[in-house]
Amino acid sequence: MSFPWAENYEPKHPLMKWMDAKLPLPRLVYNAVGAGYPVPRNLNYFWNFGVLAGVALTIQIVTGIVLAMHFASNSDMAFTSVEGIMRDVNGGWLLRYMHMNGASMFFIVVYIHIFRGLFYGSYKAPREMVWLLGVVIFLLMMATAFMGYVLPWGQMSFWGAQVITGFFSAIPILGDPIHTWLLGGFAPDNAALNRFFSLHYLLPFVIAGVIVLHIWALHIPGSGNPTGVDVKGPQDTVPFHPYYTAKDGFGVGVFMIVFAILLFFYPNYLGHPDNYIQANPLSTPAHIVPEWYFWPFYAILRAFTVNWFWIPAKLWGVLAMFSSILLLFFLPWLDNSPVRSANYRPAYRIAFWVLVVDVLILGWIGKSPAEEPYVRIGQVAAMYYFAHFLLIVPIIAMVEKTKPLPNSISESVLHGEAEEAAPIGVGSAH
Amino acid sequence: MLRFLAGLVGLGFVSALFIAFVMPREKVEPTAASIYHLPEKEVKFSFDGPFGMYDREQLQRGFQVYKEVCSACHSMKLVAFRDLEQIGFTKPEVKAIAKQWAVEVPSINPDTGEAATRKALPSDYFPSPYANETAARAANNNALPPDMSLLAKAREGGSHYIYSIVTGYQAQPADLLKRFPDAKTPTGLHYNPYFANLNIAMPPPLVADGQVTYADGKKATVDQMAQDVSAYLMWAAEPKLENRHRWGVVVLIYLLIATGLAYGAYRNIWRDKKH
Repeated sequence: MSFPWAENYEPKHPLMKWMDAKLPLPRLVYNAVGAGYPVPRNLNYFWNFGVLAGVALTIQIVTGIVLAMHFASNSDMAFTSVEGIMRDVNGGWLLRYMHMNGASMFFIVVYIHIFRGLFYGSYKAPREMVWLLGVVIFLLMMATAFMGYVLPWGQMSFWGAQVITGFFSAIPILGDPIHTWLLGGFAPDNAALNRFFSLHYLLPFVIAGVIVLHIWALHIPGSGNPTGVDVKGPQDTVPFHPYYTAKDGFGVGVFMIVFAILLFFYPNYLGHPDNYIQANPLSTPAHIVPEWYFWPFYAILRAFTVNWFWIPAKLWGVLAMFSSILLLFFLPWLDNSPVRSANYRPAYRIAFWVLVVDVLILGWIGKSPAEEPYVRIGQVAAMYYFAHFLLIVPIIAMVEKTKPLPNSISESVLHGEAEEAAPIGVGSAH
Repeated sequence: MLRFLAGLVGLGFVSALFIAFVMPREKVEPTAASIYHLPEKEVKFSFDGPFGMYDREQLQRGFQVYKEVCSACHSMKLVAFRDLEQIGFTKPEVKAIAKQWAVEVPSINPDTGEAATRKALPSDYFPSPYANETAARAANNNALPPDMSLLAKAREGGSHYIYSIVTGYQAQPADLLKRFPDAKTPTGLHYNPYFANLNIAMPPPLVADGQVTYADGKKATVDQMAQDVSAYLMWAAEPKLENRHRWGVVVLIYLLIATGLAYGAYRNIWRDKKH
């Protein structure tokens, strides 16, 4: 599970020796995120985001558990109970705004984490399983976030639930019965709210479980790195602790600063004003928009406006929206270029940055009303999205002339210099 | 094989999108609302910006406007009389405000158990002016005056929007009627370019200077009353804004120091490792 030069856990205190013999939990931690896990020495700040996602999940679970103590999951009381939290529960406004904006922070860091993976080829052999589990986590996050947004039972909660559960009614023949069965009724109501609350409480723990698998699968080959070159020897790695615990400590600080600015000064900036109106099944909002982190997918859903190939437009949209995420499962085999890092793949690198811009455009379109020119822009952007993953990336992998790779990580870092080339007086050789 | 199938699926999606892209669009005619709707007015509130705080005197004046004007039609179900202590009223004042509230609280007769009403207490939430939605609509030409508890957070633009609506009533522009003869404001509605569809059911609530006689002696111009009530509604929607801003500054200072130290620790640990 690790490189031969990994440091070995040696308990010194008799209690720790006893513990190690009975239940080697400290050893597990030591080997997972301690000095026993050798990590490439050249990771840049983009490698902070996995830990940040873990921090975000922890914040969500802790604030969520306390919020659940004050929340009433009943369609008559949910909205008022959330306002009770905001007004009368001690520190309730802080908990609620933390949970609301914590979800946004979670998605921000996870999106950066995913795009890091796309740029540096983290999905490629031997880390395919890490990627696959990551996509599972992403899907679970989306389900959790969607159901969480329904709980305050505001107008966007209700109408968002109406639109998203409506996807299932696009399934031919069985669509309507499935839709009714999932909701426990013909429209979102108390039954739907209650089951969403139950699942919203369950799924974060499922996510935590899959994260354990994600990290386990990562530790088999070890972490990737910006060059994409395999670790060749001890000179290429540093122990996770203290090197990356220290770097992650700084990263967590920056994350918390951004989170605090959002939470204390702009807590409703990423929300929608309509969700401060209690759900009303008789009054449809002028524009139904999901939370910002779903905008790109919402744009893909709405880009399909014509029946084509005997498939109705609505079904095209739903299929495309699910496919836009599910296709990520196949990415490790769609892109079979042996070079991982986009730093050495000039053509892929361009396609990658076009994709980044494309997803931002899709996000903007998902937020905008379904009228021209937005619809056409969205259609072009959605075309690129599918073309990128299903056509362009596989073709680039076949024809691209990649740049020469460095011989090793240490060579790329040291450029032939000695390790001790640190300024005089501060270096202490290992 | 996988790449071949993926390519086919990709071509399927791209072709469906391409067909959708080239489909001709129906021409969308501009509507009166798309041309004459205005963004909210510029107005400065003490609570704007990351460090803003409420002006208690303004909130008390705004409460007076709410009590004497708005509350005739608009409920405020999430705010309790006891909350008024937060905007500077004393306990006896709150007690008196509750007792003198125009609408009584639904209750039961303790002897017979029959429905009755009683005077409000500080622990009560503001009683609603109408018994239910049907009564509210019946009294208002079938329009429902929205609950005001969260109004300032439930509208794009917040208190600025409310100020714009309250001061935004005007005669329908002549060139609007010339271009869109069908868009004439129907009887019972009122032209207001700050309202999404230009025609609002609410009659102008603040019509004359001095409509409210302020307890603190401030001159009650329409503009002043509109600003005060908008500020009060922001407080009603976000009573913890001041705590939030104060805590935000403290937390940020703490985090900046802690992150600075963490950065130092990171540099120190890595000082002999090139990377």
